[in-house]
Amino acid sequence: MLAFTLRRALQAIGVMLAVGVIAFSMFRFAGDPVNQMVSLDTPAAEREQVRKSLGLDDPVMVQFARYFANAAQFKFGISYQFRQPVSTLLMERMPATLELATCATIFAMVFGILMGVYTALRRDTWLAKVFQAVSLIGISLPTFLIGILLIYLFAVTLGWLPSFGRGEVVKFGWWSTGLLTVSGLKAIIMPSITLGLFQMTLIMRLVRAEMLEVLRTDYIRFARARGLTTRAIHFGHALKNTLVPVITVVGLQFGSVIAFAIITETVFQWPGMGLMFVQAVQNVDIPIMAAYLLMVSLIFVTINLVVDILYTVVDPRLRSTVGRAH
Amino acid sequence: MTVPVLSVRSLQVEFVTRRGALRAIDDVSFDIAKGEVLGVVGESGAGKSVTGLAAIGLIDPPGRIAGGEILLSGSRIDNLPPEEMRRIRGKRIGMIFQDPLTSLNPLYRVGEQIIETIRTHLNLSEQAARKRAIDLLAEVGIPAPEKRIDAYPHEFSGGMRQRVVIALAICAEPELIIADEPTTALDVSVQAQIISLIKRLGRDHGTAVMLVTHDMGVIAETSDRVAVMYSGRIAEIGPVQDVVRNPLHPYAKGLMGAIPTLAGEDKRLVQIPGSMPRLSAIPPGCSFNPRCGLAFDRCRVERPEPIRHGSQSVACHLFDASTRDSAA
Amino acid sequence: MTDAAVPRPTEAAAPRKAQGIGWFHRALDSDIFYSFRRSRMTMVAAVITLLFFLLAIFASVLAVQNPFDPAQLQLMNSRISPLWTADGQSPFLLGTDEQGRDVLSAILYGLRISLTVGVLGMLLAATLGITLGLIAGYVGGAVDSVIMRIADVQLTFPAILIALMVNGIAKSMFGNRLDAMSMLAVLVLAIGLSFWVQYARTVRGSVMVEKGKDYVAAAQLIGLPAPAIMLRHVLPNAMGPVLVIATINLALAILTEATLSFLGAGMPETMPSLGTLIRIGNNYLFAGEWWIVAFPGIALAGLILSINLLGDWLRDALNPKLR
Repeated sequence: MLAFTLRRALQAIGVMLAVGVIAFSMFRFAGDPVNQMVSLDTPAAEREQVRKSLGLDDPVMVQFARYFANAAQFKFGISYQFRQPVSTLLMERMPATLELATCATIFAMVFGILMGVYTALRRDTWLAKVFQAVSLIGISLPTFLIGILLIYLFAVTLGWLPSFGRGEVVKFGWWSTGLLTVSGLKAIIMPSITLGLFQMTLIMRLVRAEMLEVLRTDYIRFARARGLTTRAIHFGHALKNTLVPVITVVGLQFGSVIAFAIITETVFQWPGMGLMFVQAVQNVDIPIMAAYLLMVSLIFVTINLVVDILYTVVDPRLRSTVGRAH
Repeated sequence: MTVPVLSVRSLQVEFVTRRGALRAIDDVSFDIAKGEVLGVVGESGAGKSVTGLAAIGLIDPPGRIAGGEILLSGSRIDNLPPEEMRRIRGKRIGMIFQDPLTSLNPLYRVGEQIIETIRTHLNLSEQAARKRAIDLLAEVGIPAPEKRIDAYPHEFSGGMRQRVVIALAICAEPELIIADEPTTALDVSVQAQIISLIKRLGRDHGTAVMLVTHDMGVIAETSDRVAVMYSGRIAEIGPVQDVVRNPLHPYAKGLMGAIPTLAGEDKRLVQIPGSMPRLSAIPPGCSFNPRCGLAFDRCRVERPEPIRHGSQSVACHLFDASTRDSAA
Repeated sequence: MTDAAVPRPTEAAAPRKAQGIGWFHRALDSDIFYSFRRSRMTMVAAVITLLFFLLAIFASVLAVQNPFDPAQLQLMNSRISPLWTADGQSPFLLGTDEQGRDVLSAILYGLRISLTVGVLGMLLAATLGITLGLIAGYVGGAVDSVIMRIADVQLTFPAILIALMVNGIAKSMFGNRLDAMSMLAVLVLAIGLSFWVQYARTVRGSVMVEKGKDYVAAAQLIGLPAPAIMLRHVLPNAMGPVLVIATINLALAILTEATLSFLGAGMPETMPSLGTLIRIGNNYLFAGEWWIVAFPGIALAGLILSINLLGDWLRDALNPKLR
């Protein structure tokens, strides 16, 4: 178990190093950083000065080591557009993205599992067929179209929900939350649905398929032969066995949710990391792009690691085989 | 005469397909008395397992009981509403399936699964149920049960897991145990232990046992009576020593000829030519007639009904007094 | 009594009925029925996809104006609602946008851009993936590990993120103000680099299987060069799965281009794709001018849905081991 965890942790560090090389290469070689920092009519001598002060004359390996050491302390340089430290900008926007991603995931899990269980257990009802149709649409419609559709319906036509922004936020130290104000809660509904819809259909399909699979197994037949109640069989036995792969997928997808928040945040002008990243791409703000890549990779890698470990906790079979294998 | 624990009367089970209903069980009748072990033997697809599943009410769509009656200690159970039938399963009828490796939910400790079953059927506290579970594990021969009760199924060997499955089947003192190929998936060395365990439990608790298997050796060792099934019907039923020593039905004869014995080493093992017909292509008359060396005209047109012959009952025209002469 | 309530057809009844009515009844009765219903939907999807391609090819013939040519746009024609509404004006069937651009014409030309980027991006991804997959599978060893490790890492990140990164880097290397045609090339590159992994994995898998077979050994024995063996003998065996991936990939490529353009990192407003049109139209939603965004949206959704349905059908028809 410990050896397994350690090996996964080493793999995670390897991935982070690889991403670090890419981020550094972007920072260093994609365009001249000096040109971004000085105006066009800056004299050559002054440019040299800036180059020196940035350490761009040092050997590449030294620069890389410095970049990495800085990144490890969450120092990602200065944003070209905002003339502010990237880490400050990221910190400001991270709570918005994490809250949105969390709400979207909760929405996706709750509805995905409910709909998946329902469509598996009541396969032939009309409601199950409606759910199936919704899932087809959820997988085929582009995210931004869903967002636009929701805005048109609930903001423009009905006027129930705000069409952009986070509403009022409350500050706790550096963390700002919109979950404690009415306007904040109202503001997060549509973005969460937009962002979570794809995950929801994914979870629904997975739960349905897994549940049908599990209901065919011998231990479910034996559970019925033992005279257990239908409720105990469906929700005690079948659902628990179904949830093992579902947890894995939901966990692994959390990183994707954060990445896909780029689109949702743009549609709803949600002041998160994704919106900042899109603006950085539009304005070629390399330090922000590199930092975002590193941050998202870190989140991805951490989640993968946590899910791997969590998986062994949920499934006792894995726990002992993993322990035995090493 | 006492009421039999299980009484199956003219049972018919169909599987509804797009091409019409296929009859998996056709007019099957038998009784099992208290403390008796009835062996049900036949090739795969003969309807042995379906008979067992019908008795415990686990025939799933597209299958259905199309006719006949099933009585448990004298009262009908085949037409009970699902919830009442559910209360009977596990409490009055216990079931053991073929593969102990897949019969237990891998995510729950064995104790949790036993306690869950006990508390579903008996009004016991958690502690009392746990104590009973430990006793049960001890009874089925699991060493250190007070420790093993908290183990997960994958921590047991195949034979030990089948013991756990048996403990689950008997945990509410059922009147009847249906064991569907309980030893097929096990190592040969473990098979005998499990068989003697089932036999001992049946004797100790006075439980009726329906033992479904394709292994005549197991039947000969365990059963009091044996029913030989062939394509959904009982070909022959009777006391085990009579059927083994003096099988009447040509199919039963072939089946007994296929058991190797220590005494008859010089005899060649008999093989029955051909294979059992598919459900969709059962021939008219006696379904065994295409493979039967003794078949005559009547066998190809008229289905034989069970005929008493001494202690045995056989469904074969050869034993009908009115035709025996004309055939000879 | 149960046996009285349930009808008891005799065993012989079903086959006799089928024989009596003949082959037609048998055909309807067969298992093809389900797949027939499915393939009918597939045929509709195929027709719609074909229609989209034809509309894109003949855009210049069908459109009432060239939306990319500023000289043909007149501001007095701006924000006209669709023809069937009270304020509709001929010839603007689906209305016009802020700049007086005919929405239908813009969709036809935008479709052309979207499909061009999608098809070229898909082809680039396929070429890249197939080449790397062949090399990884055939050469094996360290080359294989390096290629597949890169694939593994890349697979953890959503394609849209990679495409955005490639886009941003390209912009910073070639200057922020790319002209529309270079932007198109950048988008193709971004899509190609984002989607090669699945091809590479599939092709590598097939190569690993085929490599051990006798005919490859025979080809090596008679001295055929490695590239010839791979292209002529090994690759055809992987074509089925590759075709399925390519179809689904086409839908994804179109979606990715649309998303990038919607995010403002794709086609510029002077040469809009469907995604750009939706981005433009989104700004007028609050003013109630829904048609500027709705029709490009419907076109995009219809296009992606039809190609996806085709891909699903192809996957089932060829039934490779793609889950």
